[in-house]
Amino acid sequence: MESLTPTLGTSPMAIEPLAPESIADHGHQPRVRLATDRPMPLDCGVTLSDFPVAYQTYGSLNADRSNAILLCHALTGDQYVIGGNPVTGKPGWWEIMVGPGRPIDTDRFFVICSNVLGGCMGTIGPMDIDPATGRPYGIHFPVITIGDMVRAQKLLVEHLGIERLFCVIGGSMGGMQALQWVTSYPESVFAAMPIATAPRHSAQNIAFGEVGRQAIMADPEWCGGDYVSLGRRPEAGLAVARMAAHVTYLSETALHRKFGRNLQDRPAFTYGFDADFQVESYLRYQGSAFVDRFDANSYLYITRAMDYFDLAAEHGGVLSRAFLHKGQTTPVRFCVISFSSDWLFPTTVSREIVHALNAVAANVSFVEVTTDKGHDAFLLDEPELHQVMHGFLDGCAAHRGLPRRRWAPR
Amino acid sequence: MTQRWEPTPGAVRDPARPARSGESLIRADLKLIADMIEPGARVLDVGCGDGTLLAHLVHTKGVDGRGLELSMDGVKFCVNHGLSVIQGDADTDLKDYPSDAFDYVILSQTLQAMRAPRDVLLDLVRIGRRAVVSLPNFGNWRIRLWLLAMGRMPVTQRLGYQWWNTPNIHLCTITDFVTLCREVGIRIEDTVILDRSDRIRGHGAGAVSNLIAEQAVFMLRRC
Repeated sequence: MESLTPTLGTSPMAIEPLAPESIADHGHQPRVRLATDRPMPLDCGVTLSDFPVAYQTYGSLNADRSNAILLCHALTGDQYVIGGNPVTGKPGWWEIMVGPGRPIDTDRFFVICSNVLGGCMGTIGPMDIDPATGRPYGIHFPVITIGDMVRAQKLLVEHLGIERLFCVIGGSMGGMQALQWVTSYPESVFAAMPIATAPRHSAQNIAFGEVGRQAIMADPEWCGGDYVSLGRRPEAGLAVARMAAHVTYLSETALHRKFGRNLQDRPAFTYGFDADFQVESYLRYQGSAFVDRFDANSYLYITRAMDYFDLAAEHGGVLSRAFLHKGQTTPVRFCVISFSSDWLFPTTVSREIVHALNAVAANVSFVEVTTDKGHDAFLLDEPELHQVMHGFLDGCAAHRGLPRRRWAPR
Repeated sequence: MTQRWEPTPGAVRDPARPARSGESLIRADLKLIADMIEPGARVLDVGCGDGTLLAHLVHTKGVDGRGLELSMDGVKFCVNHGLSVIQGDADTDLKDYPSDAFDYVILSQTLQAMRAPRDVLLDLVRIGRRAVVSLPNFGNWRIRLWLLAMGRMPVTQRLGYQWWNTPNIHLCTITDFVTLCREVGIRIEDTVILDRSDRIRGHGAGAVSNLIAEQAVFMLRRC
């Protein structure tokens, strides 16, 4: 493993050459091979070694390496937080929150985001070649968990020469990773911000995940998961999975406000199964845009990882025990955030996290942001979220001995 | 378009602004409470409002301070200014906290608004090694006189509500409070009484205090 000389900043670091057979290589740079000296154990019982993780960094690491923020992306997110996404040609997923002068200020903080294990944006996943067979893993890729994703992120953070992250921030599945970070590596995290997330995936959410997976597997193009070797793509199934999931990210109010019962470019019903309604047209667009950037098997694996997530189960069924470190209260400072109209990860579930943190007298802030935009609100322009983000990070910066800065909302 | 967040009416001061020496930034009763807290202590402020007292304690006494606040506007104001505050209801959420988690638990001018003040009080002295509780004194002579003369529920500067819209559903006198503490096994280590102008008028919870005090601040611990 190469050593890191802080030529960090926005310029990509030098990385090792990639295995030429890797089909997941869309030129995602930088990319590093991890677990080269020692295999990384997975929760399912097998190990992974010498595997690629693709990531992006923004801002500069300070001299004592104390200003690093790890962003954990959600189910269908990726490492391209700001500055555009080379695959989609669209802006990054958190342009509104991250950047110079933004609440996660890249003039102050060194921001890291890596593609999750099992993903399809340069980190090892089911599209990659199985060295044992010389063919893409497909569904022979080991089933991964949120814990495995975080284990890989820890290796990356160590590779970057960072002993202790200033903050781990994530929404939705990213929030699960943030929670996993503080329980797996409490000494390596100063603060954590789990947003619109849960300490375990609910039965309802597992059910939604299963609908998506069944849609993919029912597509004849899926070919038992071997579609990559056969040169086929289960686009219809993946699009349906995305459409079903996308509805859960919104709220009835937001859907009604955006579309109502408006018709799509037509004066009256067609009495057929065309997309008569604007909301149908919108969902079809969401589905078709998604298949251009996402791998169906990755979708199976990553939704499965969320299904398996249950932080309390790892700690004898008592969630608060997840926040004990060597029998003492976790040293991590928390800010838990929920959105009033989020029915996928509702406020009641965030409160469970807060109650568990209170039960060990952990340092925690909790805010429910009032919005009608549903679960996806964390990705949108929500001034209250931005103010809380800034306030929490600035307060933590003071406690960490980092310079503070006043911030004016845009 | 994004607008700058404005504090709620009544949130008069930026809690993040550190107090300068000699500058009186907080109400006298809050200052009195602050003076009772040891520097560097672990403190939970229950009903912390806009975080005035909590910020004062964090900035001037270096306490490890947390807050619990019912109003989401208050919580957002606090968190936006770097304080560790959660939204919650003291009537239901104090039971989550482990025993002896804090050196001090503060309940300022809030006990009378609780649904179950006795249970809240017991939780305060369980969670904290000490509890600091301040109360308006319903035994004050002006209130007694008002009721005697007018035959109506008193509306004073401090208790400025009509009977039908008051959040203060469990008002008591100093004597009532002392009696409750005795009954539930809570030791009162100190009682400071304050007059109408929030000036300290003395210590003690006797009959005279009960007559002249507008409010009282108690330092409590479980026996």
